[in-house]
Amino acid sequence: MANKITVGHVHMSGCTGCLVSLADNYEGLFKILDDYADLVYALTLVDVRHVPEMDVALVEGSVCIQDETAVEEIRETRKKAKVVVALGGCASYGNITRFCRGGQWNQPQHESYLPIGDLIDVDVVLPGCPPGAQAIRNTCVMAYLLLRGTDEQKALAAAYLTPLMNLAKRGTEACGCDLMIDVINQGLCMGCGTCAASCPVRAISMAYGKPAIDRDMCIKCGACYAQCPRSFFNFDVINEFESITELIGAAMGQGGE
Amino acid sequence: MVLGNYKKAVAARSTDSGILSASQDGGIVTQLFAFALDEGIIDGAIVAGPGAEPWLPEPVVATTRAELLAARGTRYTISPNMALIKEATRSYGLDKVGIVGTPCQIQGLRKAQLYPLGMRDVPDKIALAIGIFCMENFPYQGLETMVEDHCNVKMESAVKMDIGKGKFSVYTERGALAQIPLKLTHKYEQPGCHVCLDYVSNLADVSTGSVGSPDGWSTVFVRTKVGDGVWAKALAAGCFETKPIEEVKPGLDLVTKLATEKITKNQKTVEARASFGLKADGSAKALRNPYL
Ligand SMILES: Cc1cc2nc3c(=O)[nH]c(=O)nc-3n(C[C@H](O)[C@H](O)[C@H](O)COP(=O)(O)OP(=O)(O)OC[C@H]3O[C@@H](n4cnc5c(N)ncnc54)[C@H](O)[C@@H]3O)c2cc1C
Ligand code: SF4
Ligand code: SF4
Ligand code: SF4
Repeated sequence: MANKITVGHVHMSGCTGCLVSLADNYEGLFKILDDYADLVYALTLVDVRHVPEMDVALVEGSVCIQDETAVEEIRETRKKAKVVVALGGCASYGNITRFCRGGQWNQPQHESYLPIGDLIDVDVVLPGCPPGAQAIRNTCVMAYLLLRGTDEQKALAAAYLTPLMNLAKRGTEACGCDLMIDVINQGLCMGCGTCAASCPVRAISMAYGKPAIDRDMCIKCGACYAQCPRSFFNFDVINEFESITELIGAAMGQGGE
Repeated sequence: MVLGNYKKAVAARSTDSGILSASQDGGIVTQLFAFALDEGIIDGAIVAGPGAEPWLPEPVVATTRAELLAARGTRYTISPNMALIKEATRSYGLDKVGIVGTPCQIQGLRKAQLYPLGMRDVPDKIALAIGIFCMENFPYQGLETMVEDHCNVKMESAVKMDIGKGKFSVYTERGALAQIPLKLTHKYEQPGCHVCLDYVSNLADVSTGSVGSPDGWSTVFVRTKVGDGVWAKALAAGCFETKPIEEVKPGLDLVTKLATEKITKNQKTVEARASFGLKADGSAKALRNPYL
């Protein structure tokens, strides 16, 4: 297909788990690369050494501010990409790299890691450690529709991406505590348990219908708050779950009924 | 649109007396899951199983009819069924997951399917989502206060609780019935329910509740293609007796009235939150709005 968008995977200080999660779409990944997106940059997969111009940069990992190359590359990414997506907890919120205090072989001076949003403007965040394969898939399809779709598809894609853009504006700190501060303390929690299911390290258990957070266990990935139906709930999109699911299924080449 | 999109609305009840013996209303939830399990439409279903204290539900992944039967009946307190949605596909290894939930839980489910940030491999494995109607829910200690202090019944002696016709009713094992006006229960409601804008599980595949149909029967909305498929098969297999909803009393008018009342009241609460506090310049300081 001629009209593909260009996408790059920019690898900062992350574990490559987010990239693996993208790959976990299996044949869906091939479909994305065949029909919707050219992968123009990805250190692990594509032989391109410098950040090129691209429509969408998927940035994995936080930025070590003692690492000049990393700082240069994230600034370059902002200049070259139309849309910057913080892919995963580390890029969005620092995640596990928040706990770094340096002293690690063979760059012991590398001790300060920041979510990319502390250094550049970020358009969309995808929290989670890693973000679910299907969340990355849906975002890729929506990014394609936003840039290449019909007017109607553009409107849908914009509506879909809006809460993820608002999350980017909300800030670069995340923690299981967000459930207390921004959901329970705000009188909004109704005990559905979604947060507990979403936590990658099982730091959340439900006690008498409310989440109890083991705060020492929390790695600050941001999945729980983003997944909570009381963090954001956009009726205009989620009410259309059936048709959107069909649309994404069709985009992925899965036959309807 | 207070009742959401639906393809069909009917009054129904299970034809299986073994299910009806302890179901809350027409046994729709248990019957539909039991049928779906037999037919391989689902590998299991997340339901509100028995918990560690009387009337405290504990979500379970039911993979047998016996487990489904043990979870019958309404517990008017929170059962965080969504907490098991990923676990059902992991430890339990289910590829086709069923789940029952209140409207808010089904909202969480659909958000999880469209934005599966912490829900790896969950979206494509949801095979049947049954929603129940819900006006409000109560924290466990709130329910305990209603039952023990207001109704003067020990939690462990209650065999059924029900809300209907403006009353909260508790039936005991010795056949007694204690009732209080619903008005007395309002202060024990879960605060998070006061911003809830869905009464009849608009986003479920099939949703059901007692309101609208005669005692022992349920009102059923068949909403999605998935729901329509399962419902048609269950009807063909003789799982349910049905009556056209137009022919039963009080019918959809009452459902519409209650849904409108709930949504109007809670919409006002959401709006009032926008000017809950006060800034120095006299303008409003807001509580967070989850729907913006
Ligand atoms: C908190 C609450 C409020 C309700 N409010 C209304 C109302 O205002 N109007 C109305 O018409 N109906 C209401 N219902 C629904 C009604 O009480 C019945 O649950 C519904 O009609 C299903 O009955 P059934 O005979 O088909 O299901 P059954 O075969 O008895 O099965 C009921 C199913 O619901 C599950 N369940 C029980 N308690 C909970 C819970 N707390 N959370 C999640 N799942 C649970 C059980 O595990 C079981 O699988 C409410 C239910 C709840 C839980
Ligand atoms: S997901 Fe949100 S509403 Fe649901 S239990 Fe967790 S904090 Fe409460
Ligand atoms: S509690 Fe779990 S899901 Fe929430 S931020 Fe911490 S690690 Fe992530
Ligand atoms: S009233 Fe709404 S928020 Fe409360 S339990 Fe029922 S569906 Fe959930």
